[in-house]
Amino acid sequence: MRPGVMTVYRWELRKLRAQKRTYLGLGAAAAVPIIFVTALVTGGGRPNDVAFGRYVHDTGLAVPLVLLLFGSIWLFPLITALVAGDIIASEDRNATLKMILTRSVERHQVFAGKALAAATYAVLAIAIAGAVALGAGILASGFNPVTTLSGTVVSAPKGLELVGASLLVYLLPILAIACIGLLLSTVFRNSGAAIVGTLMFSLLVQLVGILPGLSGLHPYLLSTQFNAWQGLLRTPADWDPIVRSLWVCALYGLPALAAAALVFLRRDVAES
Amino acid sequence: MAESPPIEVRGLVKRYGEITAVDDVDLTVNSGDVFGYLGPNGAGKTTSLRMMLGLIRPSAGSVRLFGRDPQISVAALEGVAGFVEAPSFYPYLSGLDNLKLCAALDGTATTATIDEVLEIVELRDRAKDKVKGYSHGMRQRLGIASALLRKPRLLLLDEPATGLDPAGMRDMRVLIRDLGERGITVLLSSHQMMEVEELCNRVAIIRSGRVAYEGSLAELRGRAGVSYRLRTTDDARAKDVCLAQPGIEEVAETGEAGLTFKAADEGSVAALSVALAESGAPVLELTPRQATLEDLFFQLTEDDGQEPSLRREQLIEELA
Repeated sequence: MRPGVMTVYRWELRKLRAQKRTYLGLGAAAAVPIIFVTALVTGGGRPNDVAFGRYVHDTGLAVPLVLLLFGSIWLFPLITALVAGDIIASEDRNATLKMILTRSVERHQVFAGKALAAATYAVLAIAIAGAVALGAGILASGFNPVTTLSGTVVSAPKGLELVGASLLVYLLPILAIACIGLLLSTVFRNSGAAIVGTLMFSLLVQLVGILPGLSGLHPYLLSTQFNAWQGLLRTPADWDPIVRSLWVCALYGLPALAAAALVFLRRDVAES
Repeated sequence: MAESPPIEVRGLVKRYGEITAVDDVDLTVNSGDVFGYLGPNGAGKTTSLRMMLGLIRPSAGSVRLFGRDPQISVAALEGVAGFVEAPSFYPYLSGLDNLKLCAALDGTATTATIDEVLEIVELRDRAKDKVKGYSHGMRQRLGIASALLRKPRLLLLDEPATGLDPAGMRDMRVLIRDLGERGITVLLSSHQMMEVEELCNRVAIIRSGRVAYEGSLAELRGRAGVSYRLRTTDDARAKDVCLAQPGIEEVAETGEAGLTFKAADEGSVAALSVALAESGAPVLELTPRQATLEDLFFQLTEDDGQEPSLRREQLIEELA
């Protein structure tokens, strides 16, 4: 059978499993919720100034939601960048592109397999963070009904559904960050520069978000899209921020992905 | 219809800004050739190989592997394998896993094939060790193994013996000869004149991005002719005799005692030995000397035809 994108994808996942940095990111995704819940339990305080912060002692379902807010500043962009920024640049570091590009897979298939693997890693990191936060939160505060941003109370099972859906919506800006990481990885051919560059981009966009006089830009900033999931936690659900997040994230991610693909397809593979 | 040659390069050019790394190269490697691709550092050998494997795009010209263009699709690399510069692998994977990855990306090799190639390159015992612990020689052998996985009809090897110890170089020569005897066409880019002389039937010598010679080794040697070394009881008189003798050319004194000359044919040499005896300068030594590939290489790749030692002296003077 002729190899294709899925062959590359499977091997990219296997390569990720063999690298320590993979576990660094996933470990952080699992450790941060545990540290957060431990601090809640031992300290007894609550982050009242963020959405759902006041409910963290009432229901474990509030814990992953609070974590999503905190994680958007640098944790999840960094974890995403760890792999997205490295996945192509590492081939330059190891001079292995010449090996894989002289087998029987086309360049576009190699790129697609790598992009899928970077996206998978980002999804896995969010899933792990969400699951651990949920598990630790439920252990600490119980599986209880949650109060939405509209003030209505929803049952625990319904709340669980909403948390799951929120994680999915949260993936939109995360995947856009992954695309930017891929672009920098392809252009810089240097993992460190690509990872730091991706994080810097994420922080820069957040900085623009807090600058006075630029409020008109807020709905179109990538950082704003990290809060789009909150539309689900209203009664009735507010779909506007979610729909906007879809196209705004696409506006950030797709051109970056297309540019990365173009550079990768056209580049000369010589020693760097 | 006759099958297209394994490698057919026409008018190949690669420019990097103002620098022309490969300049209008024409090359044909025929089926069954073990083809030596020779040139000094920076002559454009590796750049040519990268274009042949579709890794970099030519500025002009074309490459055809068995009639197919590697710039269009990797389908052109079907039956083609090799490596440029040192073979590279994922250091955090074992040698075996690296080969499994290559096999998966080839879509053809099986576990049995992987075992077979590990056996050929004698890496079976270390196959499960991570590549980061491999020596340079082991990586070179793993590179050959990964190339053989593709069951190639054409193998492109870039300096496969670089960095190997003498035993490793000998083993590599044995392996390449064996592959050639199995009918695999080999393009061997090398600095090792002895290696090329021993293994290759045809060569191309590239200089400053251009092909200075392409053809058989025998033809190249024929072009250089056979030179003779002569020592007599009286070299000064012998030189006069040589200069006057029909069919004797390029008479020169050697650094040590004696002369060198070229002859049109063996009959001229026989007549010269008689003339020398009659002139009172009897022959002490008269030996034919076939030009080595190294001699020819320097003739073709050095600008002024001077001896390397002389060039070195001039460089030292210039630097001083």
